[in-house]
Amino acid sequence: MAGSAEDQYVAAVAADPRYQALVARRARLGWWLSAIIFFAFVAYLLLIAFDKALLGAPIGDGVTSIGIPIGLGLILLAIALTGLYVVHANRHHDAQMAQILKDHAA
Amino acid sequence: MRALVGLIALLPAPAFAAALEGEAQRQPINWVAIAMFVAFVGLTLWITKAAAARTRTASDFYTAGGGISGFQNGLAMAGDYMSAASFLGISAQIFNDGYDGLIYSTGFLVGWPILLFLMAERLRNLGRYTFADVASYRFAQPPVRSFAAVSTLLVVSFYLIAQMVGAGQLIKLLFGLPYAFAVVIVGGLMMLYVLFGGMRATTWVQIIKAVLLLGGASFMALMVLAQFGFSLETLFARAVEVKTQAALADGAGAIEAAERGRSIMAPGNFIKDPVSAISFGLALMLGTAGLPHILMRFFTVPDAKEARKSVLWATGWIGYFYILTFIIGFGAIILVGTDAGYLDGQGALRGGGNMAAIHLAHAIGGNAFLGFISAVAFATILAVVAGLTLSAASAVSHDLYATVFKQGQASSVDELRVSRLTTLALGALAVLLGLVFEKQNVAFMVSLAFALAASGNFPVLILSLLWSGCTTRGAAWGGTIGLLTAFVLTLLSPAVWTTTFGLGTAPFPYSSAAIFSVPAGFIAIWLISRLDRSPRAAVDRAGYPAQRVRAETGIGAFAASDH
Repeated sequence: MAGSAEDQYVAAVAADPRYQALVARRARLGWWLSAIIFFAFVAYLLLIAFDKALLGAPIGDGVTSIGIPIGLGLILLAIALTGLYVVHANRHHDAQMAQILKDHAA
Repeated sequence: MRALVGLIALLPAPAFAAALEGEAQRQPINWVAIAMFVAFVGLTLWITKAAAARTRTASDFYTAGGGISGFQNGLAMAGDYMSAASFLGISAQIFNDGYDGLIYSTGFLVGWPILLFLMAERLRNLGRYTFADVASYRFAQPPVRSFAAVSTLLVVSFYLIAQMVGAGQLIKLLFGLPYAFAVVIVGGLMMLYVLFGGMRATTWVQIIKAVLLLGGASFMALMVLAQFGFSLETLFARAVEVKTQAALADGAGAIEAAERGRSIMAPGNFIKDPVSAISFGLALMLGTAGLPHILMRFFTVPDAKEARKSVLWATGWIGYFYILTFIIGFGAIILVGTDAGYLDGQGALRGGGNMAAIHLAHAIGGNAFLGFISAVAFATILAVVAGLTLSAASAVSHDLYATVFKQGQASSVDELRVSRLTTLALGALAVLLGLVFEKQNVAFMVSLAFALAASGNFPVLILSLLWSGCTTRGAAWGGTIGLLTAFVLTLLSPAVWTTTFGLGTAPFPYSSAAIFSVPAGFIAIWLISRLDRSPRAAVDRAGYPAQRVRAETGIGAFAASDH
């Protein structure tokens, strides 16, 4: 069972302004990225629902339609945003959090 | 005649599950495919034997001891998620309608980033074996655990029935074996993997399957592209030409034929009204973040950092796979659609509408590659059903038996015994349901599973993780209301009411319940929590700050047991 020592540790970390700032920053990043992918997908669906012709229009003189780079682009956006989050967390969040935890460790 | 066009062309929304339905025409026995499949089974059973020797505790059984790396777990998640329906179904849909297949693909992918941004690390930090560990972290255990277990069993059952029926049809189609035989093989093998090898064997079955599927699909896409000078423009131009010629041969006038050819470059009838469009998209996106067998995989890695990496790898592989499927579908239009050898007298695909990718494999690599792809499709189903069964068994043994009935006092040995008994029962049940539903239209079941996960599990997880005001009653009852709303509205929707039961015009006109049932879940949890004045509610709210710190930092997280 988690003893009271661990509870004190948790309380000390919670009270640290650096911890509060880090968690707020990380949460903001998470919500922003979620909102981007969420609304990008919803916009795509609305485009499909309301303007099929636009998505079907050819690019320049070719055959490929505008919808194809948009659809494939959405797939790539999902991968890119996940990558962005992971790289950012690896570079910044982990080290900062490790430092905070170390400072409060008994 | 000999073949029927797959239901895919006829059903609008939940068509991807229909991918594996319709009348699958039994094929002559394919010995190459059987030999390849036997090799796969031999390898996986050998791995299961090795895994069995290391599966002694509940932790081994549920999470492979927590020692899977982020890279391995990402592949296994991809293996858990990419079903035969998404391979054969989406490529078949592209073969028929072109662009529409891409809409499914994006819908299946966009849930993964959200899972990462809002949940993955916190899940790993708070949970041990099942997502219920996280959902019930600061709450009274019995109500929230019971909700999570029931929800898991519902989601898994519907998903499993669709997979078993799909497996039977597919194997009849590919291997020329009788349906019942196929269902028993799938059920039996899945039981062996899970029963003896637990999560360790299941993980490796999923990894091997993912590698085979990605390798096979990469080869197909590469060979298709090579024929068109690695130019997508040339590929699309040829496909439009083929469709135009087909329309002309069909007796269409020149202008109409050109229009019909051109239509594969644009969204078609897939989405009729905006409400259905958004609703269906929500179910796919948020449902992904609530599937119990996917969430369970987060507990197999050592820490939050590896959990994060898992999602990046999974998203990358799954996204890559959908891009390949797109190329494969268009390749099939040209290479399969113009070859009379793959068509019956009426110009439909021999063997059924879902055979596009399978015929393409033959067109590209002859009988040997056809056998390989058939074996991969079979392996794909096995990997998915093994993951589903494991998560349902954990819900029964860890959430219901150990936590609710034994109040956390069950020994690891007892818990393990119960999960194995549950696995046996589930395996038998899956075979039985597979046989019962053989002739039924189970197309709606996968979309129902996603809608349930999006409306019950997802709101409960998000609010218990991120809202301090959430209480035991709010989570248990609000989640149940979300589940029920999704369930009832799906029953009243056209896919079930009209198509499956033939009851006439559906009372609920949209193709997915999610746009109503997801908000219903969230609002119910919020309202019930707000009105909750019980003593327990005070404890629940007081528990939030400490839970939040543990979720964010990983203090007190369960560590890997075998390193």
